[in-house]
Amino acid sequence: MPYIEPHGHMVSRTTDDYERMALAGCQVICEPAFWAGFDRASAHGFYDYFRQITEYEPKRAARFGIQHFCWLCINPKEAEDTKLADEVIALIPQFLHLPNVLGIGEIGLNKNSRNELRIFEQHVQLAQDHNQLVLIHTPHLEDKLKGTKLIVQALKNFPKITPDRVIIDHVEEHTIDHVLDQGFWAGITLYPESKCTPHRAIDMLEHRRAERIWMNSACDWGVSDPLAVPKTMQAMRQRGWSPEMIQQVAWENPRTFMAQGGKFSL
Amino acid sequence: MNSPSWTPPNTVNLVDLGFMDSRSKLIDLAAFLDRVQKAGQEGDFRVQALKNAIKLLSQDQPTRAKEVLLSFSDPSSEPIEKATMQGAIGAFKG
Repeated sequence: MPYIEPHGHMVSRTTDDYERMALAGCQVICEPAFWAGFDRASAHGFYDYFRQITEYEPKRAARFGIQHFCWLCINPKEAEDTKLADEVIALIPQFLHLPNVLGIGEIGLNKNSRNELRIFEQHVQLAQDHNQLVLIHTPHLEDKLKGTKLIVQALKNFPKITPDRVIIDHVEEHTIDHVLDQGFWAGITLYPESKCTPHRAIDMLEHRRAERIWMNSACDWGVSDPLAVPKTMQAMRQRGWSPEMIQQVAWENPRTFMAQGGKFSL
Repeated sequence: MNSPSWTPPNTVNLVDLGFMDSRSKLIDLAAFLDRVQKAGQEGDFRVQALKNAIKLLSQDQPTRAKEVLLSFSDPSSEPIEKATMQGAIGAFKG
């Protein structure tokens, strides 16, 4: 069954991963800009990174018959260096016209600091100024609940950013209702240790009737599984889901959200 | 706005599907608590957070996962002045 991987950091993955994903039915991968696992020394590093995910990575994906899109930002883990963050944000507009750039992301919070919040708001302003979709990262583990609430509160200061054009990712059982009840889209990330297992994800999908939710592997350089989405689709079959409802979650939902930007044509 | 027509899944035996996996994880948790106790490390705040979370499993409402996650979470609401680390630990130290 075909599926969309709406959140994968493929610069950290091998060609073997691309091949396995293609064999499992993946037809589209969307790559949010993220932390490299270490802090970059200058904005020049980001310029090269943005070229990598807008120019080079789509070609690598195409070798396996996979369409590749991306999102641009500086990750909140590097937001404490506000001078660097300001320089990187200034680089982004020159890339926004490219046909494979879907919007601003994954922005958000990490440790819920004032500097992170300021840089998050600058990104949202950028999205508002350029009429971009927004993909938001919520903090890890014990910081997720507080960060999610701060993010939702901050978004209320941007009236032109409508909730239906924002996806708040990495929700879990204690944050999903807060996100969806405010009208935002929600992303469920499937990780072997942190975040969600397939069965927990399916529990949440059933709880919310699969509306305005996508699921992703967020595969990167850490402990993660690029096949997490098709494995969860298999678990959905085991739990009695119809092929049509599986397709709704694995294809139609991400397609519907991202098509709002006008570039996500399959 | 996306509004899929929701079709509930067919009823399956969820106990058949999940019991052995859950049994295995529970025994792993029990063995972990035995291990840290024997090593004199059960005073670690993360172990205490686990023990507090375990108590929530005996509640009657089907919101156990949510309550466990809430028990590990930072309950404050104001941003901190500055991030002094980049990672997360898994339980709020207070």
